[in-house]
Amino acid sequence: MDKLIEQFSLGLFFWMLILFVILVFFLNKFAWKPILNSVNEREDGIKNALEEAENARKEMQNLNADNERILKEARAQRDTLLKEAREMKEGIISEAKNEAQAQASKIVEQAQETIQAEKQAAITDLKNQVAELSVGIAEKVVRGELADKNKQIKLVEELLKEVTIS
Amino acid sequence: MHRINLIKILTLLLLAVTISANAQHDASKEAHGESSHKEKDIKTEIKEYIAHHLLDSYDFSLFSYTTDAGKKKYFGAPLPVILWDNGLKVFSSSKFNHGKTLAEVDGNYYKLYHNKIYKTDTEGTINYDEEHHATNVKPLDFSITKNVVFILFVAILMFFVFTRMAKSYKGNLMPKGVGRLLEPVVLYIRDDIAIPNIGKKHYRKYMSYLLTVFFFVWIINLLGLTPLGVNVTNNIAVTFALALITYLLTTFTGNKNYWKHIFWMPGVPWPMKIILAPIELLGTFIKPFSLMIRLYANITAGHIVLMSIIGLMFIFKSWIGSPLSFGLAFILALLELLVATLQAYIFTMLSALYFGMAVEEHDDH
Repeated sequence: MDKLIEQFSLGLFFWMLILFVILVFFLNKFAWKPILNSVNEREDGIKNALEEAENARKEMQNLNADNERILKEARAQRDTLLKEAREMKEGIISEAKNEAQAQASKIVEQAQETIQAEKQAAITDLKNQVAELSVGIAEKVVRGELADKNKQIKLVEELLKEVTIS
Repeated sequence: MHRINLIKILTLLLLAVTISANAQHDASKEAHGESSHKEKDIKTEIKEYIAHHLLDSYDFSLFSYTTDAGKKKYFGAPLPVILWDNGLKVFSSSKFNHGKTLAEVDGNYYKLYHNKIYKTDTEGTINYDEEHHATNVKPLDFSITKNVVFILFVAILMFFVFTRMAKSYKGNLMPKGVGRLLEPVVLYIRDDIAIPNIGKKHYRKYMSYLLTVFFFVWIINLLGLTPLGVNVTNNIAVTFALALITYLLTTFTGNKNYWKHIFWMPGVPWPMKIILAPIELLGTFIKPFSLMIRLYANITAGHIVLMSIIGLMFIFKSWIGSPLSFGLAFILALLELLVATLQAYIFTMLSALYFGMAVEEHDDH
């Protein structure tokens, strides 16, 4: 300890203190502040860039999710549209079928009716003709038969009988 | 390739140390031969040389040698001596002629004795007390000594290097040249010394000091290992100045909490508080004191050991001694490189720790 105190040089201490304090002040002003500021600035820049990249990535993810959603929606819409179209088609077809059926049955009915009417007409006609023919024949037969009076009366009687019966 | 270059440079440096040590050794032998210590053996001589090496000096002599005519020549320059002795006295250290002559200034006589300046009479007599201590008046000495010159040199060097580094940041994000080399160190001090110890909130105001003290101690320690051999950090005055700044910064930036923990420790019973207060107060002085002693002692010890091993060369004057001494000195020099860095780191680290204590905000008790 004694040796240390003896060795202690006030002059060296004095100069060291002054030079060192001056050095600290000068370096602070001209070196450390600019250096640390630049370093901080750079670090902030890097941090910001990283954050921005992260944000961009997130946005991208969101965008992708959006795209996916839109695609899904579009697909669903297409499906419904297709389904609707199919239903409509089927509806139209069945309707047309029904209508055609109805039309066809109507036509058939009408045809049947016409046929019936024609048949009736034909039958009536036939009946008329048969009647006329029968009347003619009967006239001729009657003419032949009615050559004599007895026969005429007999016939009339017979006819009358018949008429009454029928 | 780089490693090979490094090894080459280191080898050369070491060789230079050895040579200069050799040269000085011879010179000092001659010098002492002239004086009364004729019978001194080589061991004492080496001891004295080491002691001399560790001291500051009033002239900047890198080495000295003796001419054929037996005259001692010094390679270097004298430095100004500044004394305060009833007025400012400034004169060149060449007046001392390396301690051989008295310096006469304005009718006062000064003698360089054991590396200190004493005021003497015209004959240069030194009076001693019983313990062989000089009792002559020592004028206040503010001389620009070798160490002061070296501190100034390192300060200027640092100023140029770091302003250059700062300039290289202008306009671009990455530094160029020396900045690229030193930026990791600066960032290390910020991220691994300042922020963990002081905290994110307060570290900024201490950064200038921490960075300056780290690079100053580091550079000056490293340069102390070169053959120039100017040791600055093995002067107690230098480490005292540094520790004093740490102490003052801690004391004047300490917050209420810091002082409360010193004088009225919370969470202990009151009789303990009274006992703890002086201990804690003493602790605030001991902390920077330990900083001072640690740096001083480590560097001094390193130099003493390194030089002693180099000195072994002159004791074992055999074929095995010199290579052995050289090898050991080489390994030790490498170790000293580590110590130079480590001491700078420890000084910075502990300063940061003390600052951290001063600004710590306790919420937990």
